[in-house]
Amino acid sequence: MTSIGTGYDLSNSVFSPDGRNFQVEYAAKAVENGGTAIGIRCKDGVVLAVEKIITSKLLKPGANKRIATVDRHVGIVSAGLVPDGRHFVSRARDEAASWRSVYKGPIPVSALSNRLGSYVQAYTLYSSVRPFGVTAIVGGWDSEAELAVDGQVGSGPKSGSGGKVDGARAGGPGLYMIEPSGLYWGYYGAATGKGRQAAKAELEKLDLSSGNLSLVDAVKEAARIIYVAHEDSKDKDFELEMSWISSLDGPTHGRHEEVPKQLLEEAEKAAKRSLEGEDEEEEEVAKDGPNQGERMEE
Amino acid sequence: MNHYPEVWGRPRDDIYGPYNSSYLQTTGPKTHTQSPAVTGTSVIAVKFNGGVAIAADNLASYGSLARFTDVKRLRVFGDSAVVGFSGDVSDMQYIDRLLESLDIRENYSTHGNMMNAKNLHTYLSKVLYKRRSEFNPLWNHILVAGFDEDKKPFLSSADLLGTTYSAPHLATGFGAHLAIPILRRLFPEEKPLEEISKGEAEAALRECLKVLWYRDARSLDKYSIAVITAEGVEIKEDQVIEAQSWAFAESIRGYGAQVN
Amino acid sequence: MVGHGASGMLGEDGIHVDMNHLKSGEVNMAINFKDGVILGADSRTTTGAYIANRVTDKLTQVHDTIWCCRSGSAADTQAVADIVSYHLNMYSITNNEAPSTQVAASLFQELCYENKDMLSAGIIIAGYDPRHGGQVYSIPLGGSLHKQPYSIGGSGSTYIYGYCDANWKENMTEEEGINFVRGALREAIKWDGSSGGVIRLVVLTAKGAQRHLYLPDTDYTGPGFTN
Repeated sequence: MTSIGTGYDLSNSVFSPDGRNFQVEYAAKAVENGGTAIGIRCKDGVVLAVEKIITSKLLKPGANKRIATVDRHVGIVSAGLVPDGRHFVSRARDEAASWRSVYKGPIPVSALSNRLGSYVQAYTLYSSVRPFGVTAIVGGWDSEAELAVDGQVGSGPKSGSGGKVDGARAGGPGLYMIEPSGLYWGYYGAATGKGRQAAKAELEKLDLSSGNLSLVDAVKEAARIIYVAHEDSKDKDFELEMSWISSLDGPTHGRHEEVPKQLLEEAEKAAKRSLEGEDEEEEEVAKDGPNQGERMEE
Repeated sequence: MNHYPEVWGRPRDDIYGPYNSSYLQTTGPKTHTQSPAVTGTSVIAVKFNGGVAIAADNLASYGSLARFTDVKRLRVFGDSAVVGFSGDVSDMQYIDRLLESLDIRENYSTHGNMMNAKNLHTYLSKVLYKRRSEFNPLWNHILVAGFDEDKKPFLSSADLLGTTYSAPHLATGFGAHLAIPILRRLFPEEKPLEEISKGEAEAALRECLKVLWYRDARSLDKYSIAVITAEGVEIKEDQVIEAQSWAFAESIRGYGAQVN
Repeated sequence: MVGHGASGMLGEDGIHVDMNHLKSGEVNMAINFKDGVILGADSRTTTGAYIANRVTDKLTQVHDTIWCCRSGSAADTQAVADIVSYHLNMYSITNNEAPSTQVAASLFQELCYENKDMLSAGIIIAGYDPRHGGQVYSIPLGGSLHKQPYSIGGSGSTYIYGYCDANWKENMTEEEGINFVRGALREAIKWDGSSGGVIRLVVLTAKGAQRHLYLPDTDYTGPGFTN
């Protein structure tokens, strides 16, 4: 079904007779042109990675970050219109700060994603605005330690609080993907942008739901997947940007940080190596052509 | 109701007689500012060769009642600054959260240029001055310890009015009267900072806290001490005042005429 | 205007001002014990020296297993507890999860701190959740928030600082905990004229909230738990 000429695509907040909002679908098109972004959720942390297409040789390598930190324990990466992504991040920071001002603690990743989903959705309702031209991946770690109230003074019993139940739900990794429609789901692995189909195929192979992949291995897989997803736009140079959030006893102590340079380079080297190996065997498989099966339903 | 709006809502003269406006007069001015309720006493700090040491006891008083004995009044900011709070504890918590939100915003960018203690002191003094200008002061006197932009030891004070001053050793509250003279004697002005060791500085603070424990009726013998050097912040929060001198009480008898 | 002021006591100048608003919560406390927390309070509400209510319930539920002891102005603390209760309700609905005691304590503090010039409220918050176990927080007059092993509040509490400090033990059993709270409140009731009446307790554990009642005419021995 095409929207051209019907007039139903000219305004946001106008349905077509068969129940579609074309402006939202066009926004999704903007996302499809963006550099691939992925997120991997494993037991001991979350990895975010993005393929940054180098649009000019005059850009300083390593500058112009595309993964942003929200509060301390959450990172956001997005594919699509970069300025829309920045505004989205700014809203996420406001939401996290507002949560903190009321509840004196970090916002759970699920609550943040919920609020951001609602925010994005609101931009599909009014003719005066256009939807967000980004699909964002929100990754974070909800502290598994006992949460103190911000600015706390004093402490409970020295021997710890009584009546704690072993195995009570407490923190852990969170990974959510929010689309221009406002739709969001929690994922084990999420991918968006130009190379999402290839990336998704690779993510599925990882068997993330079994919880066997370690965070450091996930970093390497993330790098490899971005390289695989880049195969379709091989003519363009790109830069790999990666960040991670580990558990409290892991390398980032529950904070969202850039993947250290050394590990990044290591992962990148391994990714290149595995691609060179594959090139010989699977020359043809890589050429699946641009995907079409993506739909906006739910 | 009549057509004089100024009498609406007031007792009617024809029923109650003329309004006695002297009732409205109170003694003293109308006040808008608050007063502190739960408070911490002195904070003391001293610079030494390569850093700053700062200490405060763990007491939050409610008037003369020693109400909370586990209140840590030294708050660490980033990896090389410590703020010591005396005064109202609720305002301390407010400022602590303000600093936390500041720290979160600092971490949005990855360039790593964190605010140093000097920047922090400037910021806090402006927060305090703004609030006093709104006639709603944050009832604290703070010391900020750490490093300046040249990595030199930094120590400065700011009070509830936004007044600031700096010196190689500083103290708030009772400490200004009792600790400063001791610190001045130990570390005279002509003695260069380079000649004061970390150990000497720390020992001096512990000695001052002991005198404060003897002479400040709002103090506690449990305290926290933080030492800030290029290596980072080393904070010890459950210290106890040791080697106290009381035994001489035995030789004190009566108050004059009595001989034994 | 006519008709206003026709009833009620009028002063010489024809204006009635009630400065003796109701004060409640003259002694209350909350403690941590092995399986959770116990809250306790007397039941006296006074207007000056007159006992306006001798069987007050000062233990207020703000969520399933988050309760508070109120002291200071009855009107102020009730208003604050009502607002917090509303927010905790909203929290559990929007987040699909019961709020932690920290969340309740934060909400109480926000209200008490930001409105400190208008409130006369001292509140102890005690709550239980499976993740954090039992917790006790105290918010005294200025609106600061203190996490404590146990907390005592209200004017009568000054009489029992010694009793509590001397008898406090960590990790008490439920029976020991109840005896500790009951013993402390008895002392406060004995020495403080503003405290009196019955002793009400609430025990918060994984099993939920359980109320206890101890009456003066049985020397505070019973009837014990009442639900």
